[in-house]
Amino acid sequence: MKDSSENRRRLKWKCRRGMLELDELLQGFLEKKYDVLSENDKQIFEEILETSDQDLYEYFMKHTPPMDGRHQHVIEAIRTTVTD
Amino acid sequence: MDVACCDSGGNKMNLTKRKFDCLVIGAGGGGLRAALQLSQADASVGVVSKVFPTRSHTVAAQGGINAALANVLPDNWHWHMYDTIKGSDYLGDQDAIEYMCRAASNTVIELEHSGVPFSRLENGRIYQRAFGGQSQNFGGDQAARTCAAADRTGHAILHTLYQQNIHARTHFFDEYFALDLVKDEEGYILGAVAIEIETGIPLLIEAKTTLIATGGAGQLFYNNTNARINTGDGMAMALRAGIPMEDMEFFQFHPTGIAGKGMLISEGVRGEGGYLVNGEGERFMERYAPHAKDLASRDVVSRSIAIELKEGRGCGPDKDHVLLKVDHLDADIIKKRLPGIRDLSMTFAGVDPINAPIPVCPTAHYTMGGIPTNRHGQVVVPEHQGAEEPVPGLYAAGECACVSVHGANRLGGNSLLDIVVFGRAAGNHIIEYLKENRYHRPIAEESVDYALSRLARWDKKGDGESVDSIKTDLKKTMDKYCGVFRQEDVLKEGVEKVLAIEERLQHARLKDHSKIFNTARIEALELENLMDLAVATVCSALERKESRGAHSRIDYPERDDKNWLKHSLYFKEGRRLEYKPVHIKPLTVDSFPPKPRVY
Repeated sequence: MKDSSENRRRLKWKCRRGMLELDELLQGFLEKKYDVLSENDKQIFEEILETSDQDLYEYFMKHTPPMDGRHQHVIEAIRTTVTD
Repeated sequence: MDVACCDSGGNKMNLTKRKFDCLVIGAGGGGLRAALQLSQADASVGVVSKVFPTRSHTVAAQGGINAALANVLPDNWHWHMYDTIKGSDYLGDQDAIEYMCRAASNTVIELEHSGVPFSRLENGRIYQRAFGGQSQNFGGDQAARTCAAADRTGHAILHTLYQQNIHARTHFFDEYFALDLVKDEEGYILGAVAIEIETGIPLLIEAKTTLIATGGAGQLFYNNTNARINTGDGMAMALRAGIPMEDMEFFQFHPTGIAGKGMLISEGVRGEGGYLVNGEGERFMERYAPHAKDLASRDVVSRSIAIELKEGRGCGPDKDHVLLKVDHLDADIIKKRLPGIRDLSMTFAGVDPINAPIPVCPTAHYTMGGIPTNRHGQVVVPEHQGAEEPVPGLYAAGECACVSVHGANRLGGNSLLDIVVFGRAAGNHIIEYLKENRYHRPIAEESVDYALSRLARWDKKGDGESVDSIKTDLKKTMDKYCGVFRQEDVLKEGVEKVLAIEERLQHARLKDHSKIFNTARIEALELENLMDLAVATVCSALERKESRGAHSRIDYPERDDKNWLKHSLYFKEGRRLEYKPVHIKPLTVDSFPPKPRVY
């Protein structure tokens, strides 16, 4: 396991996306909620970061269900974090 | 290749080096289209991208790409040319615009053959939709000129170009941040110094040619629609290499972005009957545009909102936004006709527009200005006798460049066209240049030292202001003093404020000095880039004493062709401005002389 602050910085860069909406959602979630996730959900968050920008946008904004059903609850948590 | 073992301070003896025929900085549609042209011609190409290439901002261009295919309504490239020149408020260069509009159809067909899944008509031809500013027959009926791959055109183009580049064996430096161009005493550009974000280790990329394709600089403003990667890195690199920025005062704003966040709330909301109110509950657009009211043009609505805010009639504790009301509409209409807007509002403003108004303010969208180029993508500067002498070995394409096809105002659907047409043109010109310039020139040590010293500056320890607080102040200052509301005293104050922030940045320090994924250091370097561009933008805006396209001066409300039908060139050294003529003469057809821009 990498040093946690190092891993956190690595994830921060992976949250840099091609659309402002995704930056806001992903960077906000990493900052506010990532630390309290279970190890399993942390892994799912990393998997979500590998999804293409357009697909992510559709999961978040158009409520298209994610290809991988295991991602749904983390997608939902990310969506609701912005205005918490 | 040398062994990488230098520290971030740049132990240059051990600086890792790579060599290419062409270095492309930026992996959006412009960079990738050029890279593809070059790799297919068997040139060796290295592409540096600070994020994974398919996370470039091209993915956000959902609307489409213009080409006069005439699949839905009659059309031809000459009408497209007219619309683009008129849209540019006659500041666009007519030779470059003719070139782009003529090339558009073949460019789109080429993309189709590369695998972009354009939406289709029943007869199998590419579907085309109508957008604002498109006309038939030089200002006549509405045209339908925009080709789209559903609502993911930018994504489809970017992914297709990326895959084609992998196939053509383009070399990618993913998650590398370019610091500065390397330039020798004779003015040749020899590549760039970059840093690997994961390790913090610098790398010298020597190249016979360098193409800058780093996109726009929307992050100059607090309220903007751009991805956070849009920090104008390539433009600032060019500025530091002595190249001026052209027409930086022209920044396209959209009147309604979610306040404090920037996301675009489209005109569709006002089209469905939504209207704006100020902090006093007044429907203020009735005062500014008694007939069109909330459906007045973008610049009128943006400016009206800005005046309301400036005169203290905004909403919220800081009176920094107005409200967009749709809650008088039937809930079913909102759900049916504005589902995307409702989602955006609920997600980012925490407001369901069925029950409450959306907080909005003008949001910065597109950088019309940038690195001056000709229609071959060559970077051109005033030197010796000529106003446009090519900088040997240096090219630019896309939003970071000013070719100038958008002039004072860009039309919808022309930005994707710009990047692929001029990415391809630059690729072709580079191929010709490489035939004449077959060898790498000796590297310019001083220039490399300069780039490394800029990196080492952030290794200094001790007390100092944080990068984040300076960045926020800079962006808020740009919104307030160089946004949609521009007049002499406001801009003068803006120049002073921005220069004061520039001074503060000299004394900023990082707390994090780690090497691995030091994102704080990258953000500091990005802020330095924004800083240089902010000064360029506000100085250019102060000097242009007219209103044209997106540059709207309260104190000079008219376009002034007699004095201002010319391009601004801002030089970092001495913060000086020069001007050069607009190319009024197209390549083959008659010129379109300036006329009042009425829609």
